[in-house]
This record gives sequence, C-alpha cells and structure tokens, in this order.
Amino acid sequence: MEETMEETMEANAEANTEEKKEKVDKKHYTLINHKKPFRYDEDGLHVTRSCGWSAPGCHLGCGLLMYTNDEGRLVKVEGDPENPFNEGRVCCRCLALPEVVYHPDRILYPMKRNKEDRGKDKWEKITWDEAYSLVAEKFNYYKDTFGPETIAYYAGTGRDIGQYLTRLCWGSGSPTFVFQMSGQACYSPRVAGCFANTGAFWLGDYSQQYPDRYNNPNWQVPECIVIWGNNPIISNSDGLYGHWVVDCMKLGSELVVIDPRLTWLAAKAQHFLQIRPGTDAALALGMIDVIVKEDLYDQEFVSCWCYGFEELASRAAEYPLSKVSEITWIPANEIAEAARFIAKSSNAILQWGVAIDQTKETVPTAQALLAIFEITGNIDKPGAMVPPTNILNYAAGWGAEFLSREQDAKRLGQDKYPLLKMGFQECATDEVMNCLESGKPFKLKAAWIQTTNFLACTGVDPKRTLKAHMNYEFIVCVDLFMTPTIMALGDVFLPACTFAERDGLRIGDGMQRAETINKVIEPLGESKSDMEINLEIGKRISPEAWPWKDVEEMYSSIIDETGYSFKEMQEVAPGYPAFEYQMHKKSMLRQDGGVGFETPTGRIELWSHFYNMASLDPLPAFEEPTPGPVATPELLDEYPLVLTTGARNWSMFHSEHRQVPHLRAIHPDAIIEINPATAKKYGLKDGDWCWVENHLGRCKRRVVQTPIVNEQTCSTDHGWWLPEKEGALDEGLYGLWDMCVGNLIEYNCGKSGFGANYKTLLCKIYKVEEGE
Amino acid sequence: MSAYGLLIDYEWCTGCHTCEVACQIEHALPTDQWGIKIMNVGPWEYAPKKWQYAYLPVPTDQCDLCKNRVEKSHTPTCVKHCQAKCLKYGKVEKLAEELAKKPKQTLFSL
Repeated sequence: MEETMEETMEANAEANTEEKKEKVDKKHYTLINHKKPFRYDEDGLHVTRSCGWSAPGCHLGCGLLMYTNDEGRLVKVEGDPENPFNEGRVCCRCLALPEVVYHPDRILYPMKRNKEDRGKDKWEKITWDEAYSLVAEKFNYYKDTFGPETIAYYAGTGRDIGQYLTRLCWGSGSPTFVFQMSGQACYSPRVAGCFANTGAFWLGDYSQQYPDRYNNPNWQVPECIVIWGNNPIISNSDGLYGHWVVDCMKLGSELVVIDPRLTWLAAKAQHFLQIRPGTDAALALGMIDVIVKEDLYDQEFVSCWCYGFEELASRAAEYPLSKVSEITWIPANEIAEAARFIAKSSNAILQWGVAIDQTKETVPTAQALLAIFEITGNIDKPGAMVPPTNILNYAAGWGAEFLSREQDAKRLGQDKYPLLKMGFQECATDEVMNCLESGKPFKLKAAWIQTTNFLACTGVDPKRTLKAHMNYEFIVCVDLFMTPTIMALGDVFLPACTFAERDGLRIGDGMQRAETINKVIEPLGESKSDMEINLEIGKRISPEAWPWKDVEEMYSSIIDETGYSFKEMQEVAPGYPAFEYQMHKKSMLRQDGGVGFETPTGRIELWSHFYNMASLDPLPAFEEPTPGPVATPELLDEYPLVLTTGARNWSMFHSEHRQVPHLRAIHPDAIIEINPATAKKYGLKDGDWCWVENHLGRCKRRVVQTPIVNEQTCSTDHGWWLPEKEGALDEGLYGLWDMCVGNLIEYNCGKSGFGANYKTLLCKIYKVEEGE
Repeated sequence: MSAYGLLIDYEWCTGCHTCEVACQIEHALPTDQWGIKIMNVGPWEYAPKKWQYAYLPVPTDQCDLCKNRVEKSHTPTCVKHCQAKCLKYGKVEKLAEELAKKPKQTLFSL
C-alpha cells in the first residue's frame, strides 16, 4: 500500500511534467493539455477548475480547484497544479474563501436608506426590481437634467470589475471616473510614465508568459532582481505572483533590495539599501551617475535605441554619491556597489512597487528608476524587462469609445494638469474633491461606488473626504459587506457575490492570458455578480453600450478575438498568446510598423518629449518629500520620526478580510514597527497601544519592536477598520476614526497631477492612555 | 522502518502562513490551534550586514500528515500549497537522503 502510494505520487509528478506538453490552437494560443474536463467528480465531491479573482480581491487570479458537495455548498478551495501561473500553490486568502462566502455579515439583499439617515443603521430591504428602477430613475434624471458628467463612478483597485465599471461610466457619457486616492497614487503613475517615454509598459520577465515556465528554452534566469519599494512575496501586485522571486532565487538570481525595512527578501539580498522614504529619485540618479561615469552602461543599446542620453548624464552628474548618500541615508559605497552590480548583470529586473507612486513627485521618480534599466539595456530581453502580452486592451478601461471628445473635455483636472489630457482617462482625484466642495466647474449629483472602501483605505483625510461626499444627492454602493464608506454615505446597497458564485474572465493586468472564473455555487441570498449588476443597470441607463442578453453573451463578446466562446474557453483555459523578445528590433512595437519604440523619436526617451509638452521637466529629478526631515526641519522637534505607511499583510488585501476568522487571527491588530531603541526612548514596549500623530491627525497602533527599521523610521499598515465595533457614524464608524492612518495624510498631489506622499510622513508616537 | 515525515527547507520558508491555514481549513481547526505552526527565528544582526532571519514551520501533535488526503493519493495540504515550495512529504529514509544533500533543512519524523 505504501509503495503503491509512493509510486502513484511519483507517477503524478511525472504526469505533471507530461501534461506541460502544450498544444497550439488555431488562433496561436498555447493551451495546457488538461488531464480532466474542467468539471469532474472526485471522492464524492464535485471539482471545478477555476481562477480566483475578486471579490474578495487580490491582484493575481491564481488557478484553483473549487470543491463543492451534492448540497451545492463550497467545501474547500485548493490550488490547481496544472495551472502554470501558481503551479498548485495559493496563499491563505484563497484557502479561507469558504469563510468569506458563508460569513454571517455578508449583505445578501438589496437595501435602501433615506438620505437624511446616512451614517445610521436604518437600512430597508428592497427587491432587485425596486433597486434597479430606483437607481435607473435617479441616474437618468441627473444625466438628462444636469449632464452625464454629474454622475461619478468610483473604483478601487478594480481587478476584473474595473472594466465593467468604466463601461458603465463612459457608456453613459460620464467622464467622471474616479479612483479616490490623492494623485491616483497607485500603479497608474508608473504605467503612465512607461507609456509616455517608451510607448509600452514593462514587466519583470519571470517566464510567466510561457505555459512551460522556467523550462522554456527562450527564457533566461534573471541574474539580478531589484526589489524597489515593495515586498512582492506579500503584495503580489500587478499580476506578479510574488513567490516567483523565490523560485528565481533558487535558480540563482541575486537580489538588490531598496526599502526602508529589512524585509525577509532584504535579509537574503546581495545588496540591501535601507533608504529614507521618498528619496528614491535621488538614489536612482546617483546610481545612473555611477553607471555613466564608470562606463558601465550598454553603449550599443543606448546609441541605437535611446534618446537624450547626454542630457540624462548631465542631470545625473548633479547627484554625486556624497550628496545622494546624505539625502537617502545610505552609505555612498553601498550605492556604488549596488549600481555596479545591476549594471554588470547580464540581465536585470526592476521589480518596482507602489512606493514609487506614493511619492508626490512620482513622475520624475519612476522616470529615474526605469532609466537605470534602459541605459543598461535591460529592455525587451529574456529575464529582464518585457512588455506584457495583450489579449484585449480593455484592462485600463473598457468602453472608452462611448465617451465623446466633448464629454471627455469635462473630465476633472485636465486644465490644471495637462498630462491628464495625453491619453489618460481618469480624473485628477484632488480636483474631484475641489469640485465636490466648490460645486465648480459643475455640481456633482450622484455617485456609484463599487470595489472601494475609500474612507478606510485609499482616501486620505477621511473627515474631509466624508464631508465632501455628503454633497452627493444620491449614492449607490456595491459590495459584499457593510463597510465604513457605505455606512457613512450609501443610499442604496447592492449586494455583490464572491467569485465562487459567478462566472467571469481573468485577463487584466500583468501578462495577459485567457482564463475563466467559473461559477461553482448559486449566489447566496439575492446577491448577484458585479458584472450582472452593471449589465442590468447599464441596460437601463445606456442600453447602446450593453447590447447583450446576459453576462455569458457579454463574456463571449469580450473574448471573441481568441476564437472561443465563453463556454468553450471554460473547457480549455488558460490560453497563452504568442510571445517574443526583441520586439523593438522586429518592428512589433510601433503602430507604423517601423523598428524601435512608439515614441516621438522612435527611441526610448530619456529626455521626454511627452513631459516637455505637458510643461513638466523632461528629465528625472529629485524633490524633497514634504513634510520631511529636510524640507520641514522646524517640525522635527514635535514630530521627530519618519513614518512610512501601507506595509502589506499576508492575510489581508487592503481594507478587506478584517472579518474573516482564520485570516484576522494571523494579524489581529493594526501595528507600527519601531526600532527597539526608539521604542525605549518613547517609553513603549512590544504590544503597547500607541498614538501615531502628526500635525493633521492621529491613529492607534499596536507596537511591534523590531530591528528591521532604523531608529529614525517607523512603518505601519493601512486599510484598517474594525467590523466587530459599532458601525453607526456617531458610534465610531467601525472604529474608523481611531484606526485610519489616512488621518495623517492630506490631499496634495504632484506637479503632474499624479503621486502623493502616502509613504513619507513625519510623526510622533506616545502611549494610549487607559480609556482612550 | 516505514515512517513518513516532512522535509522542510527552511532556507526558503518566507513565513507566508499558507501551511498553517491550509491545515486549519483541512482539519477544521479553530483559529488558535495549529497542525503546523510557523516559528520565527530572527531577525537579528550577528555581524555587519549579516542577518539571522528565518522561518521554520513546525508540525504539531495535531498533524496527522493528512492521512485522509494521502489515502486518496493526494499530498498533505501544507506541502501542496506551500508558496515557497519548501515542504516535502515522503518516507523518512528517502527524505533523509535528501536532507544530506543540502544545508538549512530539517526533517520531521511523524
């Protein structure tokens, strides 16, 4: 028996290798040879191959096996070993999915509340017919009477829901698509910067575009991975499965880690640069100066494919090591050694993160970071930076064709920030706030809030945010659970279901692959999928944008290009589009069919025509974060510590998962990480509750003493609210006012309209007194 | 000897808690009981720029090596889902051979 079992396991391991032999279909998509149909039975349970995407949220979409029983109940979730993306692995959040699905706090019926009762738990259950009619009637009234732009549509990190949300917005003629974060300071600044100066976005090449992954003969192990401003094994952002970094380390990749915290990855890095938060641009320019002065750049790549190298070199010369060391708090020799290591690597990945966006001057910062990898020729080659495969260019927004130029001209923020006119489709959030408060240039009337809990998460200064949003006459919210944002603001609650309860598509960010999300149980109560909700509302407010009879027909229409209907794709997914390196040499990156890059000069623009046209500095530069120890030394007596925010947690996605027992237990409290010497100085010890305070406000945090931060810096997590506390506004809004780190942050975006200082603050810390 | 065990390559354990939750869900354990639990050893700096910073998953008395799964030719759930691929299940003798091949591993005989 034992031998048999062992043999079976070995046979399984072999079969796993066998099944990696792919087949190519008529549309040149490479498919996996699945051993079983996408639905099969095993040991008395029904198994469905699927893909995990929101809700609840994450950035990835791992391959899953969903187990259900005869009663139609989701019993458990496991990783799908056949799926090359995660190879059977999953994180604790998918494993705990049944606790989300069957959570007693889920809202399972549409509800409404009188506007004057906002903030009070006075919801009234209604039918879907009533909900649809109510929303359609109000939205059509505001649209026809005041103009479509007076209805705002709010997305969070929208995952697969974002697309249906942009279509609802633009399909009805509204340009007011809002990501409620000062300076839209998450991801889009980096993406925008890449497109502006290279005509494409660039991702680290971890072989994720190949179904045979690390065995693909065209792929090469990155010699160097530069982890800059993120902790990818926890954050798993933007289509990157973080543990691919660990896979590559096992294959020989060495790390350079740039972070204010000594993370686990940093402890294993060849070079760890413990940077002062917000000084990344200075560090990058200092590195460029070393690379240029020591002739370590890729001369052939620079002379053939880069524009403005001399100008970049002159700018970098303004950042000698001694100056950069003083700015960044990193010893000069460490900067030089890391720069040399990156430049001398045969291939290197820039694994950059949201810290780059959450710096007020994000545009020149992202430009400086990417320039290191551009001048060292780490573009468009194996194990370096590569452009994502694109099945459907709908990830950044679907339905833009419905928005007329006349309506797009009413998009908020374009007058103040010319960059927003150049291919962007979002509003400048800081200007949406001004518009809400001033009623100028028009009065915003109604809001649709889906996939976002901005009072607890992205929206800084929650008291100002709340007050401004109370000016909406009508607010519709779509979510799984009651949140502080909905309790404070919502007039209608439309209950969404989890991804176990619906069909869907996982195409989205990162390398795109054709992947389906497959419904395995009936939606609980009367909940519906976000997509069905948007389709139904869409049919009622902008029927021309929503011609499909149901979601399945809509999905089939979206993936029409693959040659498969949705039902057919369910059987064969995932499908991988073809991928090539050196596309700039093969005339594959320019619309005119020429070689090079889709920029005004056809080259990578180190000196940016795009920024120049937008009245921005065409070259990267560093600006001191403010407030900060250098910009505002007068604040240091009162607020002596540098605070960085947004540290990611294994078991939580932004403001989600706080009510899920096995996930909350892993990280029960909001924390602040403080160096032991600092804790001692302020009379704090491990486990104490302290106030973290600056000139704008304060929040409560539990002290964790750790040497991973230096004595001047502390780090905290974000997105906190306490579902177990009272929800009503006058009873604390689920503990929001005490827990929200946004209390310490203001709306204040960069010169470009992008970026804000979420991660570079000053603070003081002191013990919470009893009864506080 | 026909004992089975877990070989843990703690050089690569990232402390992601996947094994803990996979086990708790598989065995319907409450939030304060574990069949495998991550221990954190570090971080401390023992020489300039040299950090002790490791995690080690330790099977508990409640670990049954996923008897029900193994009988059905599945691997234990912690092994299957480990994000760092640093857990291995098998006969102790065979795992001991692998233990000898690489440092920073530990073998639990269960």
